[in-house]
Amino acid sequence: MLTILVDGLAYGMLLFVLACGLSVTLGVMNFINLAHGAFAMAGGYVAVVLVNGYGVPFLLALPIAAIAAGLLGVVLEQTLYVHVYRRSHLDQVLFSIGLVFIAMAVVDYTQGSQQQFLHLPNFLKTRIDLGVVSLGTYRVLIICICGVLALALQAILTRTRFGARLRASVDDPVTARGLGINVNAIFAATFGVGSGLAGLGGALGAEILGLDPSFPLKFMVYFLIVVTAGGAAGMTGPFLAAILLGVADVAGKYYFPSVGAFIIYTLVIVLLVWRPNGLFAAASGR
Amino acid sequence: MNRHILLVAAALAALPLVAHAAEPFRIGLLVPMTGPFQSTGRAINDAVKLYLKQHGDTVAGHKVEILLRDDAGVPDNTKRLATELVVRDHVNAFAGFGLTPLALATAPVATQAKIPEIVMVAATSSIVNASPYIFRSGQVLPQPATIAADWALKHGVKKIVSVVSDYGPGYDAEKWFNDRFTAGGGTVVAALRVPLANPDFAPFLQRVKDAAPDAMYAFVPAGVGGIFAKQFVERGMDKSGIRFIATGDVTDDDNLGDMGDAMLGVVTAGPYSAAHPTELNKAFVDGYREVSGGHRAGFVAAFAYDGIDMLYRALEKTKGNMDGTALAEALKGLSFESPRGHISVDPETREIITPIYIREVKKVDGALYNVETETFAAVKDPAKIKP
Repeated sequence: MLTILVDGLAYGMLLFVLACGLSVTLGVMNFINLAHGAFAMAGGYVAVVLVNGYGVPFLLALPIAAIAAGLLGVVLEQTLYVHVYRRSHLDQVLFSIGLVFIAMAVVDYTQGSQQQFLHLPNFLKTRIDLGVVSLGTYRVLIICICGVLALALQAILTRTRFGARLRASVDDPVTARGLGINVNAIFAATFGVGSGLAGLGGALGAEILGLDPSFPLKFMVYFLIVVTAGGAAGMTGPFLAAILLGVADVAGKYYFPSVGAFIIYTLVIVLLVWRPNGLFAAASGR
Repeated sequence: MNRHILLVAAALAALPLVAHAAEPFRIGLLVPMTGPFQSTGRAINDAVKLYLKQHGDTVAGHKVEILLRDDAGVPDNTKRLATELVVRDHVNAFAGFGLTPLALATAPVATQAKIPEIVMVAATSSIVNASPYIFRSGQVLPQPATIAADWALKHGVKKIVSVVSDYGPGYDAEKWFNDRFTAGGGTVVAALRVPLANPDFAPFLQRVKDAAPDAMYAFVPAGVGGIFAKQFVERGMDKSGIRFIATGDVTDDDNLGDMGDAMLGVVTAGPYSAAHPTELNKAFVDGYREVSGGHRAGFVAAFAYDGIDMLYRALEKTKGNMDGTALAEALKGLSFESPRGHISVDPETREIITPIYIREVKKVDGALYNVETETFAAVKDPAKIKP
């Protein structure tokens, strides 16, 4: 069923954009950031306020949301996160989950607890009819944006000087510093980009996933699943994992609605039993 | 704790002997003011404030005091706060209750203290069985669900797919609609349950589409109702001839204004619409907008308003006697005009008898409203009618 496949693909792509920032912080920088969803939520709310409140065109609001979430990420990284990088994982978890609750309270206080509805432009509400199959324009747009982003990220990480520096900083920060690489700046930039992508995902996903103050908690599980199942090396693992989980989730709910909610978890268990370090584990164990 | 309650119960029973006119009438308002259900609590609180503003704070010689307590949607809190309200604050009645478990947690306290508990929002049919002091001012889900089924049968809908959220009220909504629909000769092609924390409705809607029924009957919490309807339209299902039928919860006036034009044409069965064309309702909607800081009155606010109205009328009927048992007797059989229409309290079941309307989402002065098209007057809880 092609429609189901496309729906699943769009959902998976969305999960990827939301979670890929986390796979960088968690996988590459080895920092457990449970507050990742808060940046996604920030992006979503920025988009909602801009589009609904100020009439900014939706397509323009997307990059603004991403940039806003990215800036927020950089600021928080410089002021708060730097202090917990070297702390134990438990400290990191406690710190970031605290941040989640603060973010939820702030949004609740300023925007209210109700579900937000993004007003999409009309051309995105249509369906593209290809004869055999008809696809939602919005879902096609999601697939395009996220596909391009995935390719770009992979290229940056593996082909550019920045990517090489980032990988070096992670593998051995001391030596990297010795070679004149500004490790702190690289981490900050990476964190910002990851948060920005989450913000973009939050803005894109408001229409499909919904948006309310409980967003960071509701989707934390999904982010962690994508990163865990994907493995922590590069972008390929999380990307494939996100697509696989998205399609499996949608198809499962379609074909077996009574057990649909469990399929995604079953799949994760099977994946992790088969490959405990994720689909594409880092060559060297960390 | 139990001994305390008993002592207080004894004290309360003796109260009419010592009570004098200056004694205030205290209502313990137990609602979630924080947490995921805070919008319910705020609506209840605003509606109660509005009622006191419109009707004054004195009834039958007693000054009315509202003691607002936030249970954050956790049943243990509700029970603790209810006990405190009895022991320390000597309340004469409980009101509020946003969710079924919260109402049930308070039931034993109400029974022991012998004071009425007005359940405003929680909509599970069985709640009133938990204590002889429980009365309902809102609705029970089987009321709109069976009316929706009757309406569908009458309008040539023969095949439906039901989609409900996978939790208590969802099962009620599913059971009562589907049973009634099947009994009337209709066919339920599939009964789908959607996980409550469901991120994407796409697969369920696609399944409905491929089953090609005459109509889809849906019950989802009001918050996600808009997303649900948007995805329904995005999938082109409105154009493929599948009608969207739901209970009023899906198109709650509280959010309907923001849901977007996707909602146009959705048919729901529900007890209250902000567009209900009476003077009483207009005064209610206008007043609520002022009290709440610009919000539109939804069914939660209407139910809370009626709940306080019930207590006022009961106290008038007892001529100022605040004894809980006397109040409970007075509550039975109350019958009056409310913003939603004529309602009454069933003296046998202590359940609300309410009109249920068939409404269609339409644009009124540029904003979305549930416009009533048909009226079913004095609907009793079908779950309590013995066959």
